[in-house]
Amino acid sequence: MRVAQLLLIVMSGLVLAGCPKKPQTVPEGQTSEQAGTTDTEGSLDSDVSGSPLSAEQAAMEEARRAGTIVYFDYDRAEIKPEFVSVVAAHAKYLNGDAGRRVRLEGHSDERGSREYNIGLGERRAQAVRRALMLQGVTEAQITTVSYGEERPATQGSDESAYSKNRRVELVYGR
Amino acid sequence: MMKTVYRAAWCALFLLASHGASAQLVIEITRGQEDAVPIAIVPFGWESTGAAPFDVAEVVAADLQRSGRFAPLDRKDMIDRPTRGDQIRFQDWRYLKSDFIAVGRLTPEGSDRFAAEFELYNVLTGQRLTGQRLAATGSSMRALAHRISDIIFEQLTGIRGAFSTRIAFITVDGTPPQQRYRLIVADADGENQQVIANSSEPLMSPAWSPDGQSLAYVSFENKASAIYIQTLRTGERSRVSARAGINGAPAWSPDGSTLALTLSRKDGDVDVYTLKLSSQTLTRMSFDPGIDTEPTWSADGRKLYYMSDRAGGPQIYEVNVDQPNRATRVTFEGGYNARPRLSPDGKQLAVVHLDRGNFRIATVDLASKAVQVLTEGRQDESPSFAPNGATLIYATQDRGRGVLATVTTDGRVQQKLATSTGDVREPAWSPFPPESRSRQ
Repeated sequence: MRVAQLLLIVMSGLVLAGCPKKPQTVPEGQTSEQAGTTDTEGSLDSDVSGSPLSAEQAAMEEARRAGTIVYFDYDRAEIKPEFVSVVAAHAKYLNGDAGRRVRLEGHSDERGSREYNIGLGERRAQAVRRALMLQGVTEAQITTVSYGEERPATQGSDESAYSKNRRVELVYGR
Repeated sequence: MMKTVYRAAWCALFLLASHGASAQLVIEITRGQEDAVPIAIVPFGWESTGAAPFDVAEVVAADLQRSGRFAPLDRKDMIDRPTRGDQIRFQDWRYLKSDFIAVGRLTPEGSDRFAAEFELYNVLTGQRLTGQRLAATGSSMRALAHRISDIIFEQLTGIRGAFSTRIAFITVDGTPPQQRYRLIVADADGENQQVIANSSEPLMSPAWSPDGQSLAYVSFENKASAIYIQTLRTGERSRVSARAGINGAPAWSPDGSTLALTLSRKDGDVDVYTLKLSSQTLTRMSFDPGIDTEPTWSADGRKLYYMSDRAGGPQIYEVNVDQPNRATRVTFEGGYNARPRLSPDGKQLAVVHLDRGNFRIATVDLASKAVQVLTEGRQDESPSFAPNGATLIYATQDRGRGVLATVTTDGRVQQKLATSTGDVREPAWSPFPPESRSRQ
């Protein structure tokens, strides 16, 4: 019994060790302004000190500064005016190289039923997808997934938590 | 396409069947029935040497207490401990105000095998109502006790007991973004917990097969949703849907041949489909551009009920599976009715209903359309009927944590199933086990 349990623990450790790194999500309390540091392979980080920016680097820098999260109102999937520029910055970056891929992760707050919230998260991810495609990003560059309320950015049952959880995250490099 | 057993490396997911791997559920009755029937479940005699191997009466008394319909007599008030009918002095039990009394005894039957005999009497009339002899091995004594509870419950209420059933649910531990999700199956009283699946990515929407042998569920283990079917006894698992977009809300047809499920495909239109498991034939069941999801079947397998927000807020619609393009709206009261589950008698739907700003569990009578709100929480969700239709289990919040609770379908008895840590959610009550039908 003991040995079997130990073996299981060791095995599960090995399984976990073999897994790709989890994408970083936005830490609690950060705003969308600060959130543009999703640090994975092919990230938007760039060293811009000194030399003048190429158009390419400028797009990268703009997307990085715009942030990687679009927030939504309760039960809504329209992109709010303050996030139009966020989506535009990412469209510009993606248009710079047809090989760039973005993953749109749709989320909802915890209110209401879970599978309906999966639908709401999908609707939000699709809204961002459509906005990107209207600005020239190709279908092949975008994948979407909805997590509904299953992966909140922050815990809590008040409007401040809810507003951080109703979001689409733009994730690069996977 | 053949159904394929999915054997790829389960990254961040491993399956195991172990006991006691998570916190125990502790049941607390939050609202009891005032006219609960007083009953005495006398500790069983042990017809051998040493200590009795199991306390059958304790489990039976706890089951009956949990139903809310019975008030078992406290052991310390028992002035006598008869173990057979001819030893009962009815006068004494009338004095203790018990309406019914169950007595019994346990005898060894070879190695690790025991027989339990019990009898149920009406204290007022002295009449013997039922009695049975059941046998079990040492490790299945709890199951034997639950069968006795089923027999007593059915004898006294006319309703088949659901004490031998199980519940599946999801637990979540840790804080975002580092959370661990587990799919767990336990006995209806919260005992005998087994971890069915365990992942660092979300697990959702467990659904029992009609034979109670398998669970369908949603897992995000590959960073996208997919529906799996897992046989509980063997752990064998197959992936039945991993299409682009949403793969969610699985629900088995009553004959077990087909899953209703939600897909969004490439275009992102969230609709209900049926998937025939043997042939992988997919048939679309809803055609609206809105969100259509959370399907549940009628008992004859000819209709589906599902949630759609085509009229603005979520409401329940009904559709004949042979004419899926002709859906009719079922719910009209309130601006939010979602996650329908049909009662075993087919007469009502349990739904998540927005009631003055709070999400609560309500039943909708399909004939009269009358809505009855059963719960008092702020964020109650995921109702699931016991297979006898007498009780609903659902998820609620208690001091910021997700917990499970039950309510009788008449709203009179409520209980919370508390755990020490983490969130518990998405309960699904199993069907009756085939062997538990009581024999008279």
